[in-house]
Amino acid sequence: MDFFAPVINGFGVVLEPTNLLYCLIGVVIGMLIGVLPGLGPAATIAILLPLTYGVEPVTAIIMLAGIFYGAQYGGTITSVLLRLPGEASSVVTVFDGYALARQGKAGTALGIAALGSFFGGTVAIIGLTLLAPVVAGFALDFGPPEYTALAMLGILLVATVSNGSKLKSIIAASLGLLLATVGRDTFTGESRFTFDNLSLADGLDFVPIAMGIFGLGEILYNLEERHNKVQAPAKVANVWPSRKDLKESSGAIGRGSLLGFFLGILPGGGATIASLAAYAMEKKRSKTPERFGRGAVEGVAAPESANNAAATSSFIPLLTLGIPANATMAIIFGALLIQGVTPGPQLVQNDPELFWGVVNSMYIGNILLLIMSIPLVGVFVKILRVRAAILAPITVLITVIGVYTINNSIFDIWLVIVFGILGYLMKKFGFEPGPLVLAFVLGSLLEENLRRSLLLFGGDPAGFVGRPISSVLLLVFAAVMLLPLLQKAFKKARASAPATTARHDEKERV
Amino acid sequence: MISPSHEAVTPGGSPKEAAAAGSGSPLEVPAAVEPLTAEQLATEWDEERPPHAGVLANVAAAVAAAALGAAGLAMSLAMGLGTPEKPEPGMWPFLVSLVMVVMSVALLLFGRKKLDAEAFSSSSWLVVAGVGTLVGFVTVVGIAGFEIPSLLLTFVWLRFLGKETWRMSILLSFIVTAAFYVIFVVALSVPIPHLF
Repeated sequence: MDFFAPVINGFGVVLEPTNLLYCLIGVVIGMLIGVLPGLGPAATIAILLPLTYGVEPVTAIIMLAGIFYGAQYGGTITSVLLRLPGEASSVVTVFDGYALARQGKAGTALGIAALGSFFGGTVAIIGLTLLAPVVAGFALDFGPPEYTALAMLGILLVATVSNGSKLKSIIAASLGLLLATVGRDTFTGESRFTFDNLSLADGLDFVPIAMGIFGLGEILYNLEERHNKVQAPAKVANVWPSRKDLKESSGAIGRGSLLGFFLGILPGGGATIASLAAYAMEKKRSKTPERFGRGAVEGVAAPESANNAAATSSFIPLLTLGIPANATMAIIFGALLIQGVTPGPQLVQNDPELFWGVVNSMYIGNILLLIMSIPLVGVFVKILRVRAAILAPITVLITVIGVYTINNSIFDIWLVIVFGILGYLMKKFGFEPGPLVLAFVLGSLLEENLRRSLLLFGGDPAGFVGRPISSVLLLVFAAVMLLPLLQKAFKKARASAPATTARHDEKERV
Repeated sequence: MISPSHEAVTPGGSPKEAAAAGSGSPLEVPAAVEPLTAEQLATEWDEERPPHAGVLANVAAAVAAAALGAAGLAMSLAMGLGTPEKPEPGMWPFLVSLVMVVMSVALLLFGRKKLDAEAFSSSSWLVVAGVGTLVGFVTVVGIAGFEIPSLLLTFVWLRFLGKETWRMSILLSFIVTAAFYVIFVVALSVPIPHLF
């Protein structure tokens, strides 16, 4: 029972009233921001980072995780009812969800999506429970060279898999790495890029950067490009799916959950890609693919199960390897560092209460979300009427006052504003903010491990190739680098082929 | 039952109609339904977005990034590079800046035709105004406390940036400021500068 004892103890942690309360707060916030177009989970988590200072690490991460997977549930509602995806991961749900809504079956779509999300989430938690300790065990004897290769691969994958221009994403990532070097060099103690400014001497903090680039940048961007005021439908009836709908979609839910789980683990993967892939797979498998886009229940069930499963399983690389798989995970990584917890292979062993507490809280969170998405869905539909214009000043004040409270520092507010402007400009010029923040988070870890590895190898970079795991990781790195060039050649060969179904122009909301 | 509001939908037909129109091409019957819906949606979302900024924006972005990278290179060199086994502080920033410069040049040469930058429009001034209120907020907050700056910021954002009514803006800005006061000063006793 060695394996299960800490898992069971984790439930003890979750059931503490404070943790239950924060789990509830997290999933409600997640659901809300999922419903409200504009702020995505990464921006919300960034803005709420100051809130986590006063609480235990487990409690903080339980809440932040709740926001993340809660947003996957909430994003469905606007996709189905308004044809506006609340989150990027709900874009494909629009196709069949909105078609169903027009046939008067919005309730069915929402009900099936909620059930699918719940099933996908639960499958992924169980997978996480079984797989995470194995991965962590495997990674226990990773040394500096392996971490160097892994961090580089992680950054590259997030940069290249994001839907923006790859070149721009890599530029953003290198800017993040550069920002991470500001301050004292840990090896020599010399100051770098501080411009003799005392406030920069200890380096840039993660929180003002995340709050600026994701939070304020997003708010400023929305200020300019506000969705037209949408009129929310009055009410949704009959969310309980019928037996026939269940039968039709059960296969899709199962397949979507599995696919989502595996895509979520991959760095750079995550909820958006999982939902796209699940939809494409379901359509391909179907005997009647022409129904898709005209209100096929499977077209809602598969992507919604997949995005939730992926949201959950993307915690695996973070909690077991210490490598965040996407922008939101990068922020949760930063939140853990603030709390003095370094995510990595040792986490499962050294801090089982945190690890299993967070994992098991997801069961509770998913049950809460299921309740909110089926019996209480009407409440959230009403929230659709809150105008973005009213929310904007409130979120701005939360951001600037929130960042001040961390160090009681006006300088930090200035930093948020500067990075907010940078985040806004990046979005305008087509640069994804995710790779920058991810690279910033991993920057010092990457540099430290690179320098340690070089010490280990006596200054010979060829040493990386000499170790099996790091050489495989670097091989994958090279493959990912070269892939776009190969793709380009491939595309030229079949230039006449139309755009894939997966193509969509919705900007990734972070 | 649900009544999808038609104001929310950009004119251009429902996905059903579009799909029906699309099935006219006999060659790709299975594929005809869905891509049309997707494309129709994409166009609809495109219409909501400001127009592309064109090639020049990418050139500007690439030049700015290259300049930043070049500055990084120069400063890293000044810090000293050292050797791989005994690196000086400048080694790592040098490598990173190098990647940045190379990628920026690549963007300039090969990537500038990708039209993913958005043009600034007249509503971009809203962002400038928003940043202006924030700068004002930070300048004043240390001296005057957060209440009056918050009140003014909320009001400006509601009335002028959000186009809410005068009544709504005045009412809400008082409510929001009061709520922040109660939460941060009374309940959490956060040491934020305050008047009262």
